Amino acid sequence: MYIPHTEKDKEEMLKAIGAASFEDLVKQVPSGFLWPKFDLPQESLDESQAAARLAELSKKNCRPLNFVGAGAYERYTPAAVKAITSRTEFLTAYTPYQPEASQGTLQAIYEFQSTVCALYGMDCANASMYDGASSFAEAVRATVRVTGRRKIVYSAGVHPQYMDTLKTYFAHSPDYTYVKVPMKDGVMDREALPALLEGAACLAVQTPNFLGLIEDMDGVSALVKKAGALLVAASDPVSLGVLKTPGEYGADFAVGEGQSLGLPLAYGGPYLGLFSCKKEHVRQMPGRFVLTLQAREQHIRRDKAASNICSNEALCALAATVYAALLGPEGMRELAEANMGAAAHAAERLAGIKGCSLKFKGPFFNEFVLSVPGSAAAMREKALGQGVDIGLPLAPLYPELGETLLVCATEARTEADIARLEKAVREAI
Amino acid sequence: MICLSALDNRLSVEKSDPGRRGLQIKNPLRAKACLRPELRRNARPKLPEMSEFDVIRHYTRLSRLNFSVDTHFYPLGSCTMKYNPRFNEEAASLEGFAALHPLAHDDCAQGTLELLHDLGSRLNELLGLDALTLQPAAGAHSEFTGLLVAKAYFESRGEERDEIIVPDSAHGTNPATASMMGFNTVNLASRPDGRLDLETLRKHLGPKTAVLMMTVPNTLGIFETQISEICKAAHEAGALVYMDGANLNALIGMVKPGELGIDMMHLNFHKTFSTPHGGGGPGAGAIVCRKALEPFLPVPLVKKEGGRFVSDFGDGKSVGKVKAFFGNTGVLVKAYAYMLAHSVKEFGEIAKCSIINANYARSLLMALYPSYSKEYCMHECVLTPGPDLTAKGVRTLDVAKGLLDRGFHAPTVYFPLIVNEAIMIEPTETESKETLDEFVAAMKEIHALGVSDPQALKDAPKTMPVKRLDEVQAARQPNLRW
Repeated sequence: MYIPHTEKDKEEMLKAIGAASFEDLVKQVPSGFLWPKFDLPQESLDESQAAARLAELSKKNCRPLNFVGAGAYERYTPAAVKAITSRTEFLTAYTPYQPEASQGTLQAIYEFQSTVCALYGMDCANASMYDGASSFAEAVRATVRVTGRRKIVYSAGVHPQYMDTLKTYFAHSPDYTYVKVPMKDGVMDREALPALLEGAACLAVQTPNFLGLIEDMDGVSALVKKAGALLVAASDPVSLGVLKTPGEYGADFAVGEGQSLGLPLAYGGPYLGLFSCKKEHVRQMPGRFVLTLQAREQHIRRDKAASNICSNEALCALAATVYAALLGPEGMRELAEANMGAAAHAAERLAGIKGCSLKFKGPFFNEFVLSVPGSAAAMREKALGQGVDIGLPLAPLYPELGETLLVCATEARTEADIARLEKAVREAI
Repeated sequence: MICLSALDNRLSVEKSDPGRRGLQIKNPLRAKACLRPELRRNARPKLPEMSEFDVIRHYTRLSRLNFSVDTHFYPLGSCTMKYNPRFNEEAASLEGFAALHPLAHDDCAQGTLELLHDLGSRLNELLGLDALTLQPAAGAHSEFTGLLVAKAYFESRGEERDEIIVPDSAHGTNPATASMMGFNTVNLASRPDGRLDLETLRKHLGPKTAVLMMTVPNTLGIFETQISEICKAAHEAGALVYMDGANLNALIGMVKPGELGIDMMHLNFHKTFSTPHGGGGPGAGAIVCRKALEPFLPVPLVKKEGGRFVSDFGDGKSVGKVKAFFGNTGVLVKAYAYMLAHSVKEFGEIAKCSIINANYARSLLMALYPSYSKEYCMHECVLTPGPDLTAKGVRTLDVAKGLLDRGFHAPTVYFPLIVNEAIMIEPTETESKETLDEFVAAMKEIHALGVSDPQALKDAPKTMPVKRLDEVQAARQPNLRW
């Protein structure tokens, strides 16, 4: 319990209030509702007991050597990031309602927006969304508002949970249609685009896509523009340390999951929705953003947009901003290359196992699809017994790919780790 | 405040020195990276080039420009700015929780699943309801989820209901969410005492009414005394009652919302359950509901099968997903740590002391700052500048800025909208009598200054890193990035 009041304090305060007892204060609550019976522990735990309980629970989670990515990536969080995000002046502040007393948070958000723009090559960004999926859904919604069209064309490589979230966001309006661009060699079939884009609000593409493959975006925006539609790109921000940016290939909206920028996996959140767009769509940005007329003098202000969102993910945005500042442009390139290199090495090792092969030939970033002999789900379970999570079985999501694993290796994986992966896969067959 | 050097007063990117390095990535596997030139980015990202120390000093400096719960009393009404126990932070950072991949096999996630299951069962009991989802990322996201669930529920019954009734004493996010979801919003004016008028409500309830959304206690900090009758009337019309749970701090451990007759409610873990606000998130939300609504909750839900915990994807009636993966689990671990630290009686003590604190501030201030409501308040009170201040042209905003100069964060101002020049004070249970006494003294000093020298108050704040900012002017020529 974290309450300072002694019995004497309470008595004195009630006396100052002029109430005979606490019950006087809550007479507005019909007494039949007050102080019901709760079937809950009658004793709380002291801090060391609670710590023991939590430690016990945390140890019930196993800690395999992890090769699962699929939209959430294992990253080393630098000590300097934790040092800043645990500054209580950031941690325990509210949304900046009093700008004069929130200049720290406001400038940090301005720097976050600028960081997102720099990575994605876009003109403007907002102060963050709940996660990559909600950023994606909001971007598609914006294209519907701009074009007045209700046909959403998306590549088959968009994260399935992003599509689920999008469909939930549109659940109240049954007149939306969703058209999937078929897959060819693991990437979207460009030939199919012109016909499908007719009358579309947008083309939504994820690259690197859910299967890890890098989509060739050259010329795509011209096709989209020709159809009067808008281009939405979803990208892992770390991949943009080396890959062509959404800005460079002409995306109207660019979004992503900011967890990649040094945030812990934490079983799904809190994560960080990145949302950016071209200048002409600035009024379509959902949520809130920080703006300034005189950046040098930090006269930074908050603006409220017409949206129901109050809390976003400010502290996660701060973590991502510090992470990117620590790395700088060179570090971001090194990080992206280390991911590519680790995944390339893992792919090479696993493809050498008898019965295993790479499902696709195209260039990939930090994950790839491995065809395996026999049940991928059974292999995963078997390898978990050896302490290695060898990848995500894709059959439930992409039955057409057969028995396959989506295998991810980030910069956190070493050559020795990958040797363990290879051994675990061999033994799981 | 602090002394600022002019050179310090810059953006990170302006402190950049080309070639300077902070963190490096030396994994030798980097050498295996290979990418066709046409897939590469052309321009380097415009990010700062700083040493690690530069970065630490820059952001440490920024942190010092903030007011926060740990550094200042923060009586922001409706936001429940209570102490955020350090222990919660430590719990969430335990490696076993923090490093768990969201797509981990259930066998690998038994600890987290058990935690979520236990958190859920305790919440159901605490609130007197039957089932819940922990997927929403925040309060407004929960409202959206709740209305989705309501919609799916009525669709499953073949009923077409497209109206949401929202009293003007409810949170502003309620009507915003309703219209975002394509519902027609019916606004109900409250009675002079700030409560819902049962007869007016009855007139508006009908076969089109889907949901009555209420904030309990409402935004005036008072309880709907006729809540049972209100819920009964809504149910007789076939509608559901949604309770905005942002003000749960007033009721926790003292009243079970489920017994009031509501059908579903949301939680803000970053309010009642003490998880930090982080300067605007991350929060975590929940929708807690009756059995009849459970099939429609977002998936996955955590279920116990035998001795094992599993993520359950339902039987196809679910509204789907409102975000990727499970939810803001890292925040939920903090809420669970808080849960363990409280017995039933101690939860009740939270409600009790938050109510005592709000009434204490109210009773000491209402002679100078009249209270909108004439009766005792629950966990927060709504005051206004008195006639002696308004006669001098002193507005609520001036009082707010005067507080900043005296080392207090301002209360919520100009909300609720039904009160002209509202000053909404929520001290929370974690503030001591001494802190409230100091706050009251500062409010009295501001009152005296406002009467004797109103211009001095108009010029506030004088001690902050920036002068009073013009909230209107900024949007004209937006500058959103470096």
